[in-house]
Amino acid sequence: MSSPDRRRLGLSLLASEITVLFRRKRTWAMLIALAAVPVLVGVAIRIASGPDSGRGPSFLSQIAGNGLFVGVASLVLAIPLFLPLTIGVVAGDTIAGEASQGTLRYLLVAPAGRPRLLVVKFLGAAVFCFAAPLAVVVAGTLTGLALFPVGPVTLLSGDQVPVGEGLLRLLAMAAYVGVAMLGLTAVGLFVSTLTDVPVGAMAATVVLAVTSQVLDQLPQLEALHPFLLSDSWLGLVDLLRDPPLWSTFGTNALLQLGYVVVFGALAYGRFTTRDVLA
Amino acid sequence: MSTGLAIETDGLSKRFRGHDAVADVALAVPDGSVFGFLGPNGSGKTTTIRMLLGLVSPTAGTAAVLGSPMPDGAAGVLPRVGALVEGPGFAGYLSGAANLARLDSADPLADPRTRRRRIGEALDRVGLGAAAGKRVKAYSLGMKQRLGIANALLRPRDLLVLDEPTNGLDPQGTREVRTLVRGLAEGGTTVFVSSHLLSEIEQMCTHAAVMRTGRLVAQGTLDELRGAAGDDRLHLRTPDAEQALAALTGAGLTPSLSGQEVVAPLQGRPVEDLVAALVAAGVRVRGVRLAEASLEDRFVALTGEGFDVES
Repeated sequence: MSSPDRRRLGLSLLASEITVLFRRKRTWAMLIALAAVPVLVGVAIRIASGPDSGRGPSFLSQIAGNGLFVGVASLVLAIPLFLPLTIGVVAGDTIAGEASQGTLRYLLVAPAGRPRLLVVKFLGAAVFCFAAPLAVVVAGTLTGLALFPVGPVTLLSGDQVPVGEGLLRLLAMAAYVGVAMLGLTAVGLFVSTLTDVPVGAMAATVVLAVTSQVLDQLPQLEALHPFLLSDSWLGLVDLLRDPPLWSTFGTNALLQLGYVVVFGALAYGRFTTRDVLA
Repeated sequence: MSTGLAIETDGLSKRFRGHDAVADVALAVPDGSVFGFLGPNGSGKTTTIRMLLGLVSPTAGTAAVLGSPMPDGAAGVLPRVGALVEGPGFAGYLSGAANLARLDSADPLADPRTRRRRIGEALDRVGLGAAAGKRVKAYSLGMKQRLGIANALLRPRDLLVLDEPTNGLDPQGTREVRTLVRGLAEGGTTVFVSSHLLSEIEQMCTHAAVMRTGRLVAQGTLDELRGAAGDDRLHLRTPDAEQALAALTGAGLTPSLSGQEVVAPLQGRPVEDLVAALVAAGVRVRGVRLAEASLEDRFVALTGEGFDVES
């Protein structure tokens, strides 16, 4: 369990980091807020259950026919703002939060080791990246089961897959979104090494997420689009094709990996050389 | 350690935006000493400590802790060092014990199998056993300070660096810290303790160094520092001040009048001989008091009368 090698890798510290993350009320407040999105969507559509207005994201109109679409529609709704907001809070807090709390100096004197602490902080935030969309999907599925009929899922192509496969695809979509948020997490981690004020780092991270999406909307910058942090965020719908377009998953992973490498390196450069005065 | 020094710095300096926070500090902290690091607020004590612990990189000079250069040797040395730096820092939403568990898990050499036991022992040692499960948010400043000391004691250490350890403690807590430090020193741990309170250093340290505006102005054993403060002095109460001054001058001393008293540095002369000389000269001696050279005189001489922040 505790060979010196294992300890040197910092698994003990990582376990502690994840435990602390999920022992925090704030983490649960954010997960509950995210889980409330599908509940609201489901209840609103159940109450309004009028004829389809033909407006809004297409998945919303499919909910009344199949409850499994609550999760899909909610993910798509949460991606532009709610999700980046929570990721920004967690990622922006990583280093700056410890600094403002006064624990950074004690972690470093322990000694956590600066590169090790940085990796552990990133992995902890990455766990949240996957927990967040999972919360949406789980709450969405439960809401769908409670409020709507559930049956074989009609894909974008019009083909149908059984409920079991539909659920698997939902999980794959949650995983897709988790991966899609890793780049933003690395950006947040870097911003967090720049300051001792966690709120500033959180806000800056969210602003960058929104900026990326705005730039992604400007046709004049089309050449830039494939390299934007948020460019792959809504690609999760490709997992509703038959067969699922896994290449989109790959593109997403590659793009996010690029951001993780670049901003991870920046964070490393900054954090391993800075004076810790907080 | 070939040098016999737990901490050794040479020309250690730190510049912040054109301002010398620490300049050319050469500390020599002997193994096994309880070393007081004195200086008014803002004199560079904490910056020096941060450099010793690898939190801040020096702009010039070197620092060696337990024989290893800092900050490069931090990973190897810091597990042997317990530290309290510029006040306690803990997550308010976690209990005292959970905070210690977190910091202990950050130490690659700490054994997770003994973690719970070691945390319990450290908390008991600082008298926080009963508050172990309470959230730190609900702790008083003194309790947080104790928790910070408990963190420094999580594992047996070769060196303890305690920055203002009695800050926020009541007199009872201050006494406990003194006893704790003495006990640790008897066990062979070198203790490096900073303070702006001279009395505290005087009561628990064997050695001391004095900082002023970023510079080291004195260091040595307490006796050495006291010796540099000058002679013991004779304080004499008498209605015959004039005659007393004359008699003492006649005896080869340099007396002066200080308020109601005649004061003279002893220059190694026995008090009883001087009293005999005074009586022989017809001086009515109402009271004689011997004032030993105090560290305070020396401290005040080195750092100035006021404890103002200097830049």
